[in-house]
Amino acid sequence: MNSVEYKKKKIVCTNCPLGCKINVVYADADEIEIVEVKGNRCKRGLEFVKQEITDPLRVVVTSVKVEDGEISMASVRSDKPVPLRLMQDIMKILKETKVKAPVKRGDVVIQNILDTGSDIIATRSVNRKK
Amino acid sequence: MKYETDVVVLGGGGGGMAAAKAADKNGANVILIEREEENGGVLNQCIHNGFGIHYYRKDLTGPEFKETLQEELANTNIKILNSAFVLNVNKDKQLTFVNHKGIHEIKTKALVMATGARERHFNSLAVPGDRVAGIFTAGVAQKYINLQNLKPANSALIVGSGDIGLIMARRLHLEGIEVKGVVEILPYPGGLERNVQQCLRDYNIPLYLSHTVTRVEGNKRLSKVYVSQVDENRQVIPNTEKVFNVDALITSVGLIPLTDPVKFVETGPGFITSNTNQTSEDWIFAAGNCTVVFDLVDYVSREGEKAGKYAALYSQNQYFPEQKVKVKKGKNINILHPMYIDPNERTKLYLRVSKTFKRVEVTVEPLGIKMIEEEARPSEMIEISIKPFKDKNLKEIEVSARELG
Ligand SMILES: Cc1cc2nc3c(=O)[nH]c(=O)nc-3n(C[C@H](O)[C@H](O)[C@H](O)COP(=O)(O)OP(=O)(O)OC[C@H]3O[C@@H](n4cnc5c(N)ncnc54)[C@H](O)[C@@H]3O)c2cc1C
Ligand code: SF4
Repeated sequence: MNSVEYKKKKIVCTNCPLGCKINVVYADADEIEIVEVKGNRCKRGLEFVKQEITDPLRVVVTSVKVEDGEISMASVRSDKPVPLRLMQDIMKILKETKVKAPVKRGDVVIQNILDTGSDIIATRSVNRKK
Repeated sequence: MKYETDVVVLGGGGGGMAAAKAADKNGANVILIEREEENGGVLNQCIHNGFGIHYYRKDLTGPEFKETLQEELANTNIKILNSAFVLNVNKDKQLTFVNHKGIHEIKTKALVMATGARERHFNSLAVPGDRVAGIFTAGVAQKYINLQNLKPANSALIVGSGDIGLIMARRLHLEGIEVKGVVEILPYPGGLERNVQQCLRDYNIPLYLSHTVTRVEGNKRLSKVYVSQVDENRQVIPNTEKVFNVDALITSVGLIPLTDPVKFVETGPGFITSNTNQTSEDWIFAAGNCTVVFDLVDYVSREGEKAGKYAALYSQNQYFPEQKVKVKKGKNINILHPMYIDPNERTKLYLRVSKTFKRVEVTVEPLGIKMIEEEARPSEMIEISIKPFKDKNLKEIEVSARELG
């Protein structure tokens, strides 16, 4: 019989500022199976734990350059979390990205970045230089 | 020019904008004064998410939170004066401010102070060594990177593990600056646990707890930072020195509430207020980081709304508290806000415990309120709601914390 290894992990839920410390015991087979979860204050914590042991996701936040803008940078974010393992590659793309003023909060700057299903959107508005 | 109004709000950050909105809603004429060209305060440079979860029930970035508030203000009659710096507030309810057109006076009935906090500087740490370029506060580094597209360093060490230090560690790392670590004098991190995870552990940035900077060195520009371990009494332990070769030291060593230019109100160090955000001067209300430093802008804005509402009521002669109950810090309580309670109104009590607890019971006596928290740390604010209570003879209540086995 194949023995299954149980693993224990302490995971901090980053879904909300409460930052619950969740203790999880799981079986690390082909299909990860959660055996026990303790410490989450809401259901979203459970989803988070599952994601965290398979492929952690994070929201990207940074700024991109603006041409002809009142200020030279516009802050942006991913509209959904993206895999943490792609963070450096996404940052590299965003560093090269330039948008033209005017920019409106919510404008899509890059669609479906690296095929993650997330769009990069502006989080502030920048008027054109007068 | 001379202005006249019901309520002046001084400061256009998250606290001030919320105060202006609530004062307007409660029927007052409102002038909001902000020294920067645009409102928002620190929200402008905090481009990460984690804002608004309680206030808007959405996970917003700082700029998104600010623009949402700003859109709400656009539908009101509030007069917003930007690039206007308030120089003086006097006891006769007159304010003086200066802008590019000169010096102006405002006569008001009530004032809301929402001036925020300023960063403590490295020079206040008394670290020996050369006074070199390359030492900035986290807020300055944040402005360079997020707003001005400047890269302030190639490699950096961060001192202070509060949320600001943690968030800047991630920001610098993702901008291609090598972050060699975060140094914290306390035995526990100063910031929220979620930020330790998503800013340090995610990127393998080391956190040196119970460590401090003992010396900085460089020829014009910083080149070396010396760090040593400390014991429980924060005394340096000999022979534990590490040397970091970095060209920047980013400091995030605390915020100090900014109470200028009001000088005649009880402070300690921020404005001391009641649960209706009234200060020791009846007509002056205060909210946000100029009272105590809050973890979240959500709390700041909620406090701002309260200050705005009661300032509006005060300006219309509709608010006079008859009784003020003092709130006393009991055992194991470090920070407590507010310090007075008008028992006719509800109260949100904010506190920080003075050490880490595995399981803690917080009590408010003699009101008989008990609350149990798991893993309380001084860096995480605890909130307690208190309903209005009728007891004409009550002069003082006491808040304390004790470890539960
Ligand atoms: C790096 C960092 C990260 C943070 N992360 C989070 C987070 O993830 N989630 C969260 O909810 N909160 C976070 N916060 C906290 C939150 O941003 C603040 O608590 C909140 O925005 C403070 O608002 P405020 O209105 O009290 O002060 P401020 O935003 O500082 O506003 C004060 C305003 O008053 C103006 N002013 C002062 N004096 C004068 C004068 N004499 N005349 C005219 N104007 C004047 C200033 O220009 C300023 O605009 C973070 C803060 C920082 C710095
Ligand atoms: S488990 Fe729920 S309450 Fe706890 S941090 Fe996650 S989202 Fe917040």
